[in-house]
Amino acid sequence: MSETLLEVRDLRVSFGRRTGPPWRRGATREFVAVDGVSLDVGPDETVGLVGESGSGKTTVARAVVGLVRPDAGTVTVDGHRLGPVGRRPAALQRAVQMVFQDPRSSLNPRMTVAAIVDEAWRTHPVSAPAGDRTAALHRLLDDVGLDTSVARQHAGELSGGQCQRVSIARALAVKPRLLVCDEAVSALDVSVQAQILRLLVDLRVRHRLSMLFISHDLGVVHQIADRIAVMRGGVLVEQGPAGDVLGAPRHEYTQALVGAALELNTES
Amino acid sequence: MNEARAVAPAPVDAGATAGLLEVAGLVVDLPGSRGAIRVVDGVSFDIPPATTVGLIGESGSGKTMTANAIIGLLPEGATTGGALRWRGEDLLRVDRRRRRRVRGREIAMIFQDPLAALNPTQTIARQVGEILRRDGLARDQVRRRVVDLLDRAGIPEPPRRLNNYPHEFSGGMRQRAMIALALAGNPALLLADEPTTALDVTVQARILRLLGTIQESDGLAMLLVSHDLRVVAHVAHQVVVMYAGRVAERGPTATVLRRPAHPYTRALVDSVPAIRTRTALAHPLPGTPATPVNRPAGCAFHPRCPLARDRCRTEQPAVRSVAPDHWTACHFAEEMADRV
Repeated sequence: MSETLLEVRDLRVSFGRRTGPPWRRGATREFVAVDGVSLDVGPDETVGLVGESGSGKTTVARAVVGLVRPDAGTVTVDGHRLGPVGRRPAALQRAVQMVFQDPRSSLNPRMTVAAIVDEAWRTHPVSAPAGDRTAALHRLLDDVGLDTSVARQHAGELSGGQCQRVSIARALAVKPRLLVCDEAVSALDVSVQAQILRLLVDLRVRHRLSMLFISHDLGVVHQIADRIAVMRGGVLVEQGPAGDVLGAPRHEYTQALVGAALELNTES
Repeated sequence: MNEARAVAPAPVDAGATAGLLEVAGLVVDLPGSRGAIRVVDGVSFDIPPATTVGLIGESGSGKTMTANAIIGLLPEGATTGGALRWRGEDLLRVDRRRRRRVRGREIAMIFQDPLAALNPTQTIARQVGEILRRDGLARDQVRRRVVDLLDRAGIPEPPRRLNNYPHEFSGGMRQRAMIALALAGNPALLLADEPTTALDVTVQARILRLLGTIQESDGLAMLLVSHDLRVVAHVAHQVVVMYAGRVAERGPTATVLRRPAHPYTRALVDSVPAIRTRTALAHPLPGTPATPVNRPAGCAFHPRCPLARDRCRTEQPAVRSVAPDHWTACHFAEEMADRV
């Protein structure tokens, strides 16, 4: 058993960007979205990945779950090197699950909640409950704070917060080791955002989950992350314990980020 | 329910308020498949001259509809009630021509997504200068004034940017162009609907600073609509908290944030994730924000409220004063314990 659960080494991801007008097949120029990022997530650890738009944080997440193919570098989970989704052994694919930003577009609105969870079980039969699936489903819904009556409802009938709870239940259904949350609470109303953050904090303890938690909101990240990594322009500029990075940032970009972030000062 | 004009509940705050704009018992009904939906339900507040008022709420709170009613951009089929007293005349009752005269000149607006609000086929200079040309300014005068406006909005080297199109600008620069456009009509009131929500934090900080500077130097009144309490706390002198189409609380920003007189405001303040402390997770509010479509009876907030009891389920609380300039729509505001 290794010390780290997720090990990202010298990750480089680039995209071809076409130059010139669309009707002319001109040269494509390479755009490097992630340039030599190395990052570890330990067992039971939550690492926050922060940065502004275009910093490459989402691309790192997509490389970790296997949705983009890196040009160079490795992604290792529990000592096993990961290829792209579809070429991964099922057990490893199952070990890394993702929760997306927009719960409405990441769930099929015409599927019932029961069907959504069941699909996860059919994809990974190893994780499917041996006995009564309904009872297992109800336990799962209870775990994410949803009433069991939600099982029969279609995703399209649910509120944003409920949808995000279903996304989390779907991810948990296959008993992952690492949960990758990409702006998982950013689209929610603040009062609902607090609920979902609270839920994630509870779940990581209850299920001994590791998390890679991506957000542009430093305040949100601080509520959940043990360590924080800061990205800018595809490069990791600083990482360390959450309190240190936010309390005494060393890199001038982190200082600018922390300085620009608004705080609610309610002290008299 | 379509007779919104007739029902106008107008418990207008008594006494002569020196408001530049007085929103008095504003009602907005939108047509729905099962009858009209009251998206704004008897909202009252003042915007004094040279003051920034923050209008805060979650989805379905009616904050954007309130701003749209003020600028006169309600969707087709909307009916209104109450009054919008602008320098003594009711904007809900003036004729179309007067309305158009007010919009863009006396009252201007900036939006969340400047790319959607700007015309992609016209240069920045053309759009910022439109209102000036219409006022009959000569070409070189328009140009000079546009350069000046872009400069005031913090766009570097304005003469070189005149012939740029919106897509050639970054997000922050587009919002600056939008601000220049809004200032072109020399307004007395600027409505800003989530002006920094689509921007990165470092850009957000700069745009908020710019709005603050302009507000102060021009003595502009501003209505800042936002879901983000941090943004409102940063720039607003007064704050109006909306929930399910109604005012929950309003008052001076510092007072409302430090000594909230409505449990919903307290919960909002507690939900803001702080950078220095882990507080947002302590006691998250249960449930989801009520919407005008299924607004609970009595106090709309009662299903989520820690103080709720029988009276709250049946009787809608009136907006009442708990201190000078501090108003709440809670029956039991006095019971709100001071923070321990």
